[in-house]
Amino acid sequence: MDGFPILSLMMAVPMAGAIACLFAGANAARWIALGATLIDLALGALLWGGFDQSANAPQWQFQEYAPIFGRFAWALGIDGIALMLIVLTVFLMPICIGASWQAIEKRVGEYMAAFLFMEVLMIGVFTAQDLYLFYVMFEAGLIPMYLIIGIWGGADRIYASYKFFLYTLLGSVLMLIAMMWMVNEAGTTSIPTLMAYDFAPQVQTWLFLAFFASFAVKMPMWPVHTWLPDAHVQAPTAGSVILAGVLLKMGGYGFIRFSLPMFPDASAQLAWLVWGLSMVAVVYTSLVALVQSDMKKLIAYSSVAHMAIVTVGLFAFNQAGLEGAMMVMLGHGLVSGALFLCVGVIYDRLHTREIARYGGLAINMPKYAVLFLLFTMAAVGLPGTSNFVGEFLALMGIYQASSWVALVCTTGIILGAAYMLYLYRRVVYGEQRNADAAAMPDLSVREIALLAPIAAAVLWMGIYPESFLAPMRADIRALEVRLAPAAPAGDGKLVMGTGRSDAAHSTHAASGEAH
Amino acid sequence: MIEAASLIAVLPELVLTVAGLALLITGAFAGDSSARVVNWLSVLALAAAGLTLSTSLAYGPDAFDGLFRADAFAVFAKALIYGAAAAAILLAPRHFNIDGRARPEYPVLILFSSVGMGMMVSAGDLLTLYVGLEMQSLAAYVLASFMRQDERSSEAGLKYFVLGSLASGILLYGISLLYGFTGSTSFDGIAVAMADGVGKGELFGMVFLLAGLAFKMSAVPFHMWTPDVYEGAPTPVTAFFGSAPKVAAMALTIRVAIEALGPAGLDWQQIVIFVALASIIFGGVAAIGQSNIKRLMAYSSINNVGFALIGLAVGTPAGVAATISYLAIYVVMTIGAFACILQMRDEQGRPVETIASLAGLSQSRKGLAAAFAIFMFSMAGIPPLFGFWAKFLVFEAAVAAGMTALAAVGIAASVIGAFYYLKIIKTIYFDEPAKAYEARGGAVENVILTACAIVIVLGYLLNPALDYASAAAAASLF
Repeated sequence: MDGFPILSLMMAVPMAGAIACLFAGANAARWIALGATLIDLALGALLWGGFDQSANAPQWQFQEYAPIFGRFAWALGIDGIALMLIVLTVFLMPICIGASWQAIEKRVGEYMAAFLFMEVLMIGVFTAQDLYLFYVMFEAGLIPMYLIIGIWGGADRIYASYKFFLYTLLGSVLMLIAMMWMVNEAGTTSIPTLMAYDFAPQVQTWLFLAFFASFAVKMPMWPVHTWLPDAHVQAPTAGSVILAGVLLKMGGYGFIRFSLPMFPDASAQLAWLVWGLSMVAVVYTSLVALVQSDMKKLIAYSSVAHMAIVTVGLFAFNQAGLEGAMMVMLGHGLVSGALFLCVGVIYDRLHTREIARYGGLAINMPKYAVLFLLFTMAAVGLPGTSNFVGEFLALMGIYQASSWVALVCTTGIILGAAYMLYLYRRVVYGEQRNADAAAMPDLSVREIALLAPIAAAVLWMGIYPESFLAPMRADIRALEVRLAPAAPAGDGKLVMGTGRSDAAHSTHAASGEAH
Repeated sequence: MIEAASLIAVLPELVLTVAGLALLITGAFAGDSSARVVNWLSVLALAAAGLTLSTSLAYGPDAFDGLFRADAFAVFAKALIYGAAAAAILLAPRHFNIDGRARPEYPVLILFSSVGMGMMVSAGDLLTLYVGLEMQSLAAYVLASFMRQDERSSEAGLKYFVLGSLASGILLYGISLLYGFTGSTSFDGIAVAMADGVGKGELFGMVFLLAGLAFKMSAVPFHMWTPDVYEGAPTPVTAFFGSAPKVAAMALTIRVAIEALGPAGLDWQQIVIFVALASIIFGGVAAIGQSNIKRLMAYSSINNVGFALIGLAVGTPAGVAATISYLAIYVVMTIGAFACILQMRDEQGRPVETIASLAGLSQSRKGLAAAFAIFMFSMAGIPPLFGFWAKFLVFEAAVAAGMTALAAVGIAASVIGAFYYLKIIKTIYFDEPAKAYEARGGAVENVILTACAIVIVLGYLLNPALDYASAAAAASLF
């Protein structure tokens, strides 16, 4: 597949679909959108299959370069990290379209067009190899998301859409100034070159903070997370899925692609800031999640807590932490997406997200109860599910860097179990308090078709994570090497024990036999 | 002594002047029924003048002993001015046909104004500068009060005239001070006289000169006339005010600042930085409370002037190139936005100006709503639309020149501006439909609208050409 512009094609297909949707009728638009996203899913599978994971494979693959924009270029290319996030994107998109099949009744063409345009931009963010191209893609995502929340959202959608837009815009513009400074200093817009460029340490701090302003909002980190619950609650189901599933990952991707490799010294110096904010986020947002009465808000706050695990993993500066962070991002993308779909399923039936209005759904919706249970357990981080692998690795990584941070962040797992199981108990178990909730029909074939693939992926990732870790391993190792000179010393002060000599060992063995 | 060959350098102005005079006579004798023909002939004259631009460039930079410059910078600005003027003429007939009778004087006045603007951007001497400025302004005063039966229009014209005269007075005072202290009215002469240090008198003259020019650009703190004039003037005239004269005043300011006041760069830089940031912030904050779309566009233009001035504040060739690129993109956005605003008419075809009336436009007129949203997102500077690139260029120039703090403050303030553009998009897309507009727009309006929207969406492909042209134009000043 050398030389075939598969990445451009993956962006061209949804773009063409988006334009077609604008002019198509409601039903045609649904099928066009589904077709376009399924083609992209197939291309994504091809991409994964064609990605060279051998030991001497180049770091950047599928590269394309066309200097058509004057000061910046249409430069694309992926490494394993980007590959995994692209696969996540193309996997979730058809599910989003399916989730909107009946829930969206007005202005279907525009809705599908906005989603497909969103897909173009998300793939663009993960594939861009030019700093300015990345920024364009990163920022442009505000337009379709603003429209999706504002037009098809809930009652308080206008406030939420403004908040989402202005918050993220304000975060990003300072990053643009930092990018300009970097390009001016390094004389190139190429991301791979900049990743290896050594900026002066005192400048790194400023650049880091400018990028941090953008990625922390996008991530979102406490205390700039407040746009997320509003946006989630008001967005339509599929909007929440894509917001939690992919858009939040852009913040984490930004850290791993820009902040860490480009400003390693500043990252190490300011790691305490990230750790501190993450610790607060894990405990505080988990407690907030515990008292929510709105299901979507609860899951939104749990997202903030999970993303805090991602940031501590990233700023652990070791391979376990970085791999764990990536796995949490992938796992959370699937699980939170699935949880929002689960909320969407019952919201479509009863048109309320109030937890108290439900109860005892296990009686009338057994299939739903099973799938919801699986995703609840995955969100808790039960071994065998995707999130366990990521959370375990991330916490193991941070334990090497700082045991106190690890201690505080691990409470997130316990608190996570508390709020998720509490949610599940109130919704699915207990008595059937409300007649209308008791009369809800079980999952339809369409809904099962949406949730089953995610369930399979969650189990796959939990049982055999190697499929997902293998493509990223070399890239993460390279990043670890890049970070090694700056990485802060851990507080564990681990001392390698002096093992017994071979002779002592054999005597011991011999005496063992004698017993 | 004037050489006849110098006339080649002013060929575009000659074409416009002759065409303007001939069409004025035609209009006077043939009456209002000739409006349509005069309209098209005026556009033709502007196109012809545009074609002669390259001839004037070939003649060489200085004409009439340095009074007049025909360099790449002037050509770049004139191309924008003629384009915007032609669009303002083309957009007008439907508006005037409904409001009263279309009159042939409208395109003729725009032609005369264009001659004045051409002289402004080509000025190589304070006297050419003044003559060009007044010629442009006098035509503009009449245009503002063109709907003479309409009270608001007459008021706008009078206000514009009184305040414009005041600004001209300030400008002339500055010119006289500069002449008195440097002994020359030519830009080169002033630069030579200032080269050995800037005296108090020269500084005073410079401040008054810049104040007068800031009035013409409608930059804070000399912006007060803008909202009233924009609101009162007939909408096609507002579209014209928002585009061509802005380019002319800005280009003139750049030329004066670089060519004449170059040695005083550090002194005017402070002034320009203040004016730029004040315009960005004030233009953004004051626009938030507006309910009239034309008033909002007035504040938006103040806001945009602020961004464009950042390039000038940088003062490097890259900065100047960024500013004129900004103007080029701004003109396209403004013309496009006004082509949308001109289609805001109720079922009887009367123009509507409230922002609230846009509610739910996305359901009654999808195409118009999409175009409106494209222009608003673009003005807010959201990629991938071209308006982002305009802001990008000026901020990049500032960062490259080491003025990172200026760039950071400016770009953070741009978020304020984004809010009120978002408000319009919110009204169009999120709100429940209000009373529907007239079912479809005029063909000419739609063509201009579509062309502008395509440029804004696919503009990045024009980047190499824009970079080349703006760099050549900026290089001719240094």
